[in-house]
Amino acid sequence: MTDISSTSGTATAEAPVFAGLETRGAHAWFGKHHALADISLKFPVCTVTGLIGPSGCGKSTFIRLLNRMHEFIPGAAMAGEVLHNGRDVYDPSVDAADVRLKIGMVFQKPNPFPAMTIRENVLSGIKLAHLKRANHDDIVETCLTRAGLWKEVKDRLGASGGSLSGGQQQRLCIARSLAVEPEVLLMDEPCSALDPGSTLRIEETIKELAEKITVVIVTHNMQQASRVSDFCAFFLTDGGPGYLVEADSTRKIFTNPTDPRTADYVQGKFG
Amino acid sequence: MTATITPTSPTPVEPQTPWSTSRTSRVRSLSILLTAAIVAAIVVLFTGVAGIDGWAVTFFGLSLVIAVARTAKIGPKERKDALMRVVITSAAVAAFVPWVSIFGAVIFRGYSGARINYFTQDMRTTVPDDFLEYGGALHAIVGSLLMVAIATVITLPLGILSGIYLTEVRGRLTFLVRFVVQSMSGVPSIVAGLFIYTTYVYSTQSFSALAGSLALAVLMLPTVARTAEEVLKLVPEDLRSAGYALGARQWRTALMVVIPTVRSGLTTAAILGVARVIGETAPLLLTSLSNTTLRFNPVDGPIASLPTYIFGYLQIGTEFAIARAWTGSLVLLVIVLFLFTLARRFGGKDKR
Repeated sequence: MTDISSTSGTATAEAPVFAGLETRGAHAWFGKHHALADISLKFPVCTVTGLIGPSGCGKSTFIRLLNRMHEFIPGAAMAGEVLHNGRDVYDPSVDAADVRLKIGMVFQKPNPFPAMTIRENVLSGIKLAHLKRANHDDIVETCLTRAGLWKEVKDRLGASGGSLSGGQQQRLCIARSLAVEPEVLLMDEPCSALDPGSTLRIEETIKELAEKITVVIVTHNMQQASRVSDFCAFFLTDGGPGYLVEADSTRKIFTNPTDPRTADYVQGKFG
Repeated sequence: MTATITPTSPTPVEPQTPWSTSRTSRVRSLSILLTAAIVAAIVVLFTGVAGIDGWAVTFFGLSLVIAVARTAKIGPKERKDALMRVVITSAAVAAFVPWVSIFGAVIFRGYSGARINYFTQDMRTTVPDDFLEYGGALHAIVGSLLMVAIATVITLPLGILSGIYLTEVRGRLTFLVRFVVQSMSGVPSIVAGLFIYTTYVYSTQSFSALAGSLALAVLMLPTVARTAEEVLKLVPEDLRSAGYALGARQWRTALMVVIPTVRSGLTTAAILGVARVIGETAPLLLTSLSNTTLRFNPVDGPIASLPTYIFGYLQIGTEFAIARAWTGSLVLLVIVLFLFTLARRFGGKDKR
């Protein structure tokens, strides 16, 4: 099992505290069902990591573990550590809402708030989390621009968020996540419900985002993983809990993976 | 060999509905039905069968016979279909009859007793049997609206909060709260009146609008809480997740995301609650009683309301008193209809 950071030139291996997101021996359960076993991964700052693997191997469970969305499912349990900038997010002294403020999330299905306008949707995180921010107009423009939506909606910021197309709604959700200035953005199959054009726009957005923040993206689309990610982690399940097969730079995963199962999967032989 | 597509010359096309029944067959069915109605009327006139109910039974029997006769040559499936159609249509009409007759009676008798002064005067200087040009029910209308308004102000926050407790907080008491709310909706309204009578009225030694409002609130709460719960359940889990993922705490998410999403549904909950209690009579007889003077102060002694007004004047039993009661019923009916129309309009908006 290769550690992502070992191949990363940017990671500070010698530093006592790993800047970024890291899991150590993470497990997850739903009731008695052991969904995910012993995942140790590092996500260096300002990189894009793709989580790939067949359906049901625990990728979404893992990503929800990272910002404490996992605990909303009744009967959920976990083990191990999730460290953000060296601090365990599951420490009893840590507030879950603060964790989610720093580690944002974009969901598979676009979910803009239907009772709010486009502008209000972008600013919703600031109001929801009680953040003090001046110049709301600037935030709206910056976030929508970063999400690649500004040009399309700048003349109708007062329209309902639900009036946009599916792809636009998803980019609105990305803009909404950016407005609270997260350090990490988790994306759970953000393009699975979108057309190729919108997918392309969002992929460009992801690449631009990685200049400033860390992105972790779950995807079923191998081309997408190879296009947007710097690192890839391949998950698999043999009927039991999902486990990590291999994690490395995207180029290595797609051209010369260590494990033959990884090679089979990225070449489309199963999954 | 290649297939070719030859463009046909454009011909004007009219929109058609080949699946609907033709006009001639509809006219034929209608005329057969009309004949059956006339035959049934003749049977009532010249035989021992009598009355409107006799006519209805005869007409129903004739319709069955006609349905069998018309499908005799086609087949047993079509015959069954035609018979079921007659039975189901008759059942629908039969359910409609009492509704229409109640509405008809209230509208006709209520309207014939209505005068403009009915809405501008009270009964402080008028005896119940005075001509309808004197006195009115302004005090009862105001009393009803006042009590229902206070009851709504008490109930709405409680109802919505308990709905939020049941759907958002899902605390340890969820089961108990839901059970209590459900059994409260089965409490006879007079029990609610007795409860307020023994607690509030007895201790203050006075009937009042506030006591009436409290009794109505007891009856209104289960309706509002249950409707609010049902409405809040419709909010997709996605939206809550989105709120949490933005770093919001639970109460902020409930307040800023969940409630605004179903604002119109919660309005419906309030209106349904009002419609539930505005016609209540029994609890008001024990709490607010009735009076003859226009009054706005909710703690200043007995106060009239439309239901107790109707009840009281029907009991007096003289011609003009009864006419006043009928007009009161019409006013009450119009208010309830108005509220339900509002509820439908607001409720419809949620579905988009």
